[in-house]
Amino acid sequence: MYSLPIVAEAMLNGLLTGAVYALIALGLTLVYGVLHIINFAHGAFLTCAMFAVWLANTFLGLDPYLAILPLTLIFFAIGYAVQRFVIGPASHGDDGNILLITLGLSIVIENALLAGFRSDTRSLMTDYSFNVFEVGPLLISQARLFGFLGAVVVTGLLWLLLAATDTGKAIRAVAKEKLGARLVGINVSHVFAVTFGIGCATLAIAACLLMPTFYVNPRVGGAFVLVAFTIVVLGGMGSITGALIGGLFIGVVESLCGLFLGESLGQIGIFIIFILVLLFRPTGLFGARA
Amino acid sequence: MTRRGYLPILLVLAVLALLPFAVTSNVVLNFVVFVLIITLAAQGWNLLGGVGGQSSFGHAAFFGTGAYVSAILQVRFGINAWVATAVAVAAGAAVGWIIGFLSFRAGLRGSYFALVTLAFAEVLRILANAAGFTGGAAGLLMKLDVGFWNMQFTSRAAFLWLALGFVAVGLIVSQMIANSRFGAQLVAVRENEEAARALGVDVLSVKLKAITVSAALTAVAGCLYLQYFLYIDANIAYGLWISVEALLAPMVGGRGLVLGPIIGAFTLHGLGEASKLLAGRVPGIDLAAYGAVLILVVAFAPGGVLGLLRKLRFRSQPVAKTAEETA
Repeated sequence: MYSLPIVAEAMLNGLLTGAVYALIALGLTLVYGVLHIINFAHGAFLTCAMFAVWLANTFLGLDPYLAILPLTLIFFAIGYAVQRFVIGPASHGDDGNILLITLGLSIVIENALLAGFRSDTRSLMTDYSFNVFEVGPLLISQARLFGFLGAVVVTGLLWLLLAATDTGKAIRAVAKEKLGARLVGINVSHVFAVTFGIGCATLAIAACLLMPTFYVNPRVGGAFVLVAFTIVVLGGMGSITGALIGGLFIGVVESLCGLFLGESLGQIGIFIIFILVLLFRPTGLFGARA
Repeated sequence: MTRRGYLPILLVLAVLALLPFAVTSNVVLNFVVFVLIITLAAQGWNLLGGVGGQSSFGHAAFFGTGAYVSAILQVRFGINAWVATAVAVAAGAAVGWIIGFLSFRAGLRGSYFALVTLAFAEVLRILANAAGFTGGAAGLLMKLDVGFWNMQFTSRAAFLWLALGFVAVGLIVSQMIANSRFGAQLVAVRENEEAARALGVDVLSVKLKAITVSAALTAVAGCLYLQYFLYIDANIAYGLWISVEALLAPMVGGRGLVLGPIIGAFTLHGLGEASKLLAGRVPGIDLAAYGAVLILVVAFAPGGVLGLLRKLRFRSQPVAKTAEETA
């Protein structure tokens, strides 16, 4: 019914999309692992970053790939400030409150963007948006391949940051034992804010890698964030490698479901996996904590 | 069983019931009817999330099931609107019980419970958007056929009284639960599940009862929405917006309090309309205001509007919180 090259191409496309999903999930899983909160504003920050890429390209003529460095820094600063001055003080240290604050933030950001940019969908026109590599019978979009490679590199860097630097050590210490970390002189609210900043910075990178082939409107983040939740739960909350593998897996599942069940049902496979994992293995496939 | 707490309920209901005699503006009556529908959905959420402490992010699953079952029964099978509503509410309650059974038995709470309810609502939304008998992406349009037996009214006032009647039932049910043993058990589960279990509370069955009643109330809201607007599609019925509305109103009004949802719904939507008047026709500005209100409430007034009022009244003396009071 479906010839092999079509299925192979669908799987390949799924892997390419999945890598960017993984990158988006990375920030979410990191924030969960350290702050133990589910950041509902993650999708809204992604939308912000995508608009930033679009603005930089349209008004400054900045290529999305060149925008990676400045936007990463800017979004790190935004994330740091939001955690330090909004989420931290407003939540009084209660996890349930943080959930609601991030929900409130996402509503504010999404609708502020809607007020500012209206609901039009915008996309970038770069001269390489439609370039492809030909590998045998398969066509691979260049921009999406770059996205894949970028996501893998960032995952590696993040892993290195956590494993080999002092900042990483402090983050891991706070994730394991908040009180103990404070006793040995780690500034916990600073580490929280740094973690949140890193989460936002990965979103800026994801936005730069997405924009050459994707579009942006004020609601676009919502579609990604539910997928990212699934990946985080599937990979185990707080696990970096889990997020990467989970992201690739979910990308393939979505692509194959879209091929076999039709475009409108493409995402249903994701949510069914999500529910099954939550019900039967809430620690995820790679998660350590209960 | 006590009779405590019914006087304020009666007062609020009386004011709203007399409103159509004082105001004839359709804009105002429309606003009140819409807010009452939101109130019903929020009353459902409040029972589970406020009193029981199980924050759901997917009450759209119950709202949508109510709306869709009622619409399908009326449009496809020509069944009477009142019967269809009754069946739809039962269906909503059943969906609530099933989701509750699956997730509570798996031991999901906190963020995990919030996420799994969100996922269930999304699955239903995608299915309703794709299936043929739900009208797919085009949605379901009801025939305009005014009459009592079709639950359609030309006068906005009549619909207001109908919605108010359902809200009254919701208020009375909430107050009865707050005064009952079941209510106390539910609060115990919220405050400390292990301790409640140790005291002999059957935690699973208490939670299941709560989510079933909660789902039924929210399903009523779905049915009323359908009767009032005569049109639904997957993004309206199962959309994230109603899950958020159902959660916001009790948070703003006073989480876990019987009058919390109605006070919160009117406060929020009043502020939304006010910001629309101030900012003109900028899309999304009212919703941005909701988000800001949510952040401010969590940061500065965890007890919501009612909590603030109570604080002002008891400023001189410390507020003693008993289980029944917070319920």
